[in-house]
Amino acid sequence: MTTASVSATGLVKAFGEVRAVDSVDLEVQQGEIFGVLGPNGAGKTTMLRMLATLLPIDAGQARVFGVDVAREPHRVRQLVGVTGQYASVDEDLTATENLWLFGRLQGLRSADARATATDLLAQFGLEEAANKPLSQFSGGMRRRLDLAASLISRPPLIFLDEPTTGLDPRTRGQMWDTIRGLVADGCTIMLTTQYLDEADQLADRIAVIDHGRKVAQGTPDELKTSVGSSTLQLQLADGADHDLARQVVWRVVGRAPVLTPESGRMNVPLETADVAGDVLIGLRQAGVTIVSVSVAKPTLDEVFLALTGHDTGDAAQSDESSPDEPLVEAR
Amino acid sequence: MSTVTASQTSPGVRARTHVVDPATAVARARPHTTLSETVSQTLFMAWRSLKKMRRNPEQFFDVTLQPLLFTAMFAYIFGGAISGNVKSYLPLLIPGIVAQTVLTTCMSTGVQLREDMEKGVFDRFKALPIARIAPLAGPMVADLVRYLIAAGLTFLMGVIIGYRPGGGAAGVLGAIVLAIFTGWAIAWIFTFIGTIARNARSVQGISMLFLFPLTFLSNAFVPVRTLPGALAAFVRVNPVSHLVSASRDLANHGVISGEVGWTLLAGLAVIAIFAPLSVYSYKRHI
Repeated sequence: MTTASVSATGLVKAFGEVRAVDSVDLEVQQGEIFGVLGPNGAGKTTMLRMLATLLPIDAGQARVFGVDVAREPHRVRQLVGVTGQYASVDEDLTATENLWLFGRLQGLRSADARATATDLLAQFGLEEAANKPLSQFSGGMRRRLDLAASLISRPPLIFLDEPTTGLDPRTRGQMWDTIRGLVADGCTIMLTTQYLDEADQLADRIAVIDHGRKVAQGTPDELKTSVGSSTLQLQLADGADHDLARQVVWRVVGRAPVLTPESGRMNVPLETADVAGDVLIGLRQAGVTIVSVSVAKPTLDEVFLALTGHDTGDAAQSDESSPDEPLVEAR
Repeated sequence: MSTVTASQTSPGVRARTHVVDPATAVARARPHTTLSETVSQTLFMAWRSLKKMRRNPEQFFDVTLQPLLFTAMFAYIFGGAISGNVKSYLPLLIPGIVAQTVLTTCMSTGVQLREDMEKGVFDRFKALPIARIAPLAGPMVADLVRYLIAAGLTFLMGVIIGYRPGGGAAGVLGAIVLAIFTGWAIAWIFTFIGTIARNARSVQGISMLFLFPLTFLSNAFVPVRTLPGALAAFVRVNPVSHLVSASRDLANHGVISGEVGWTLLAGLAVIAIFAPLSVYSYKRHI
């Protein structure tokens, strides 16, 4: 009985020679959070814009709740809310005026539009800034206002394009809560992200996109298994017994560590991060001295390496704004 | 909407009930906007533009300074040379200046639309289930205020320096209404340029290319009989000349001449061609 929220077959978007989206098939079920994971320029945004009627579809077919996107764009627009990477709100109007205008444009009566605006601003913690000019808004506030604007008509499907890129960790957590709340209200969410961590936290299913093609799809657990789990990185003290260390690791985790004898570095693959403690205790009991320890989660780079055989080629992945940082760092 | 009341009961706390039902939403989704929806959406977009105008009053510089300055300048510089003295030049000049300022104002319609379209909010307008023409026509409706100011101030300035319109208040009013209509019609050309140009600056450049021949190669400032043959021929078919002649007949003699008909016809033709072109280009490019 339930139609898929999004069902796309052979979706293509070409910009000149470049196929930004290349024969992508997608099926998003009602009530799920579907993550589209990929590096910058992978074609995530282009795909989302096509599904949201913002870009013409060059080939293939897309349906939103069974409504053809290319043939009945006006109906599709009544079913989806879109929140882009850059806040699509009017800089010259206040938050309330923005929401009131979007409500009126969608057929709400003036009083209803005002009530909805007040309600949404309260829901997103923006009531104090309701009548301030947007120039005084922080990035996080803009993003929240933008999402609020997408919810005025209560669309059953919401597209979120990198909803937390550039947000600090606290604001990112708030955005995640909001997104989960929307799903609890019966919405379907399709979001793009560059962060494995975010897809992991939020998404029921993930499609990995690279160079416009879908290279993998599955639940976060399925994807992570394909990459391996955490890695314990150890720096052994000068003169430490490498063979002994290797034996200890083998006894504790049942796997051989990767040793770099010249630098005294040792990488231990872990099933779960908490096995790291067992390894450390084992090494201490055996008298192997360690200078530094860190446990790293698999990064998007590693997912990509495993799935595509090449890395993301994206410097942004390694900078400090990335959430894919080592979990523990002791020195 | 029923969904609004569901979350209104507890402001600040999200309603945890299933308030969104896809099946109902799909059943309710209509294939097109109705005419009355299109009109009201256009008016809401006009409301937005008026708000922006009020918050950026420097946008009114061109429609206030230009009529005041140009009227006085042209009157005192050319008055003696063309008509013997300033006062007898005014009946010829004022309707011409009205046409010129209204046309210049049109150009900024296109430039501002282009600037506006580069902002994120236009992405939302595109994603909303609203008539495609509303984001284009809305600002143009708001611009009617600017045409009114430009035309009104020109006549006022004229009266201050000695212009006594023979058509009386009704004639002047008629001329103002005609100028506003023509301005609004011709603004569709610049709106179209706004949708095809690369950026706001190129809109300005392309628009100038049209604007200068249209205003200066007309009968706005000099009598046609003083012009050489080929030029006079162009000036006679220039729609701006028709607007100027029609305005003169209205303001100076209180007569609704055939020129009014030609002006209206030209205006309607421009709308019929450029409004659909603009909407088409807006849908495709942005």
